[in-house]
Amino acid sequence: MSSLGLYLVRRLGLIIPTLLGVTAVVFLLVRLIPGDPARLIAGIQAQEEEVARIRIELGLTRPLHVQYGIFLRRLARGDLGLSAVTRVPVVEEVASRMRATVLLALCSIVLAAIAGMAAGIVSATRQYSLLDYLVMGVALFGVSIPVFWLGLMLMLLFSVYLHWLPAGGYGGPQHLVLPSIALAAFSVAIIARMTRSSLLEVFGQDYIRTARAKGLHHQIVILKHALKNALIPILTVIGLQFGALLGGAILTETTFAWPGLGRLLVSAISSRDYPVIQGIVLVFAAIFALVNLAVDLLYAYVDPRIHYG
Amino acid sequence: MRMSIRASTTASWFHEVPVRTRPGVWSRLRRHRTAVIGLILLSALALGGVFAPVVFTEDPGDAYFERVLQPPSRAHPLGTDQLGRDLLGRIVHGARVSFLIGILAVGLSATMGVPVGLISGYYGGGVDIAVQRLVDLMLAFPGFLLALTLIAVLGVGVANVVVAVGLATAPAYVRLVRGVALSIRGQVYVEAARALGAPAGRIIVKHVLPNCLAPIIVQSTLQLGTAILTAAGLGFLGLGVKPPTPEWGTMLGEGQTYLFSSWYIATFPGIAIFVAVMAFNLLGDGLRDALDPRMRLG
Repeated sequence: MSSLGLYLVRRLGLIIPTLLGVTAVVFLLVRLIPGDPARLIAGIQAQEEEVARIRIELGLTRPLHVQYGIFLRRLARGDLGLSAVTRVPVVEEVASRMRATVLLALCSIVLAAIAGMAAGIVSATRQYSLLDYLVMGVALFGVSIPVFWLGLMLMLLFSVYLHWLPAGGYGGPQHLVLPSIALAAFSVAIIARMTRSSLLEVFGQDYIRTARAKGLHHQIVILKHALKNALIPILTVIGLQFGALLGGAILTETTFAWPGLGRLLVSAISSRDYPVIQGIVLVFAAIFALVNLAVDLLYAYVDPRIHYG
Repeated sequence: MRMSIRASTTASWFHEVPVRTRPGVWSRLRRHRTAVIGLILLSALALGGVFAPVVFTEDPGDAYFERVLQPPSRAHPLGTDQLGRDLLGRIVHGARVSFLIGILAVGLSATMGVPVGLISGYYGGGVDIAVQRLVDLMLAFPGFLLALTLIAVLGVGVANVVVAVGLATAPAYVRLVRGVALSIRGQVYVEAARALGAPAGRIIVKHVLPNCLAPIIVQSTLQLGTAILTAAGLGFLGLGVKPPTPEWGTMLGEGQTYLFSSWYIATFPGIAIFVAVMAFNLLGDGLRDALDPRMRLG
């Protein structure tokens, strides 16, 4: 097996304890709440027989580690129980909403990566110019602006006053524009700041001076020499931003009536639908873990100096 | 004879250090234009919050049905909401709520995170590994999701928002303080203290903790902005501070229903959140530059 293959296997192995920990947290979630877990899982209006059935099914009268074993076994079969409100299997509820959230998150992270890096490059190449101050000023706005408020303001401007874009809902690409921009804003700012500082650090290196001295075109020096070497911290930030983005998606989906996991989570918390809460928290954490894994693998691709032996 | 002279010069040098550095930090911060802007904005918000009950004598929770949904006017500069409450008064009162939640949450976060980070970094070994696994586990959940999940367990209300936001941000402190403690642990003066027989607790408090203070102050300032933003997010979802308490996020969430007819209800609380968070970010960045001797202003 190649060394990259070995690294992949090892890194995949490292994700397992994380995911196990996440399942333990989700498992403990309903057991930490005061009250009868069977009643919490079944829902407030459930019949007494239903509560009794769940108590036996989940082994709630048995020791905690046995209960966790049962939880994991059911999870491995893709069984997260039934929604306490709709009585639909949680897995089905989650699966039907996942597409919308993944679509929104991917759109936003791509937008954030492109816009953030572009702004960072512009800023770094013209350090201390008016443009640099402008970009960094906008970036400061970006990290301070509440994502849900920005969403509403975009909606006011582009939907209510200009009638250019729909104010919410799900469907064609036009529905995706405002939520993606609102959700991406924070990450654009963070990525722009990181790109700027990472590039400025690389600009001070000898090999950049050499590349310039031998008369290479300005753009080639920046894109081929500088950016490539500045990419590792930028990638790290993009990976971390994906987590922030998933959190922000919960707020953005609520703002734009976007039928994704975030909105489902909020309504599940309001109606105390604990099986659904468990399922969504699990899915969000799993997505985040996989993205971090992907970023780690990208490192090896971007920087050949990284040993994956 | 020479030994004693050297000892006395060292002693006087030790005396001068704190006297020299403290005004240094303050003057560096004062020269940092954006940090000053942040400080002014924060002072204005804090003053507003303190004097809110004197200036805005109406109870921010009382409804006035004869004047609902009025656009900004001279009597109500920011308009009135769906229950006829003066928005300006509620926003200024809201500063008390948001700042209180922010300060308590960050305080809780630091009280939990700093000691754990100190112990984890100073002792290392098994304790460190156990703590780091726990931190990894908490960081496996995106920050806002963690706070939201805690709210699902704890329920809504001011106290629970403080606990949820505080717990969700504690891992950041553990990471930060552990990193500094780890680098200080190997320093010669720590070894010297240990050789002199100082107990670990004393070394941690007298030598390791003071070195962590600057990063902790910077982190806490930035974290205050994040805490206010997170609490507002919970409020926006209807899962934070319960109405009629004037919390900015909750007000914004209520205003969303009336966005198309009465834009001002959701708009102005959002500006308040934005200004507060930006002020903490400005001050935090300024403090980082002022406290970090490697990044002095030119």
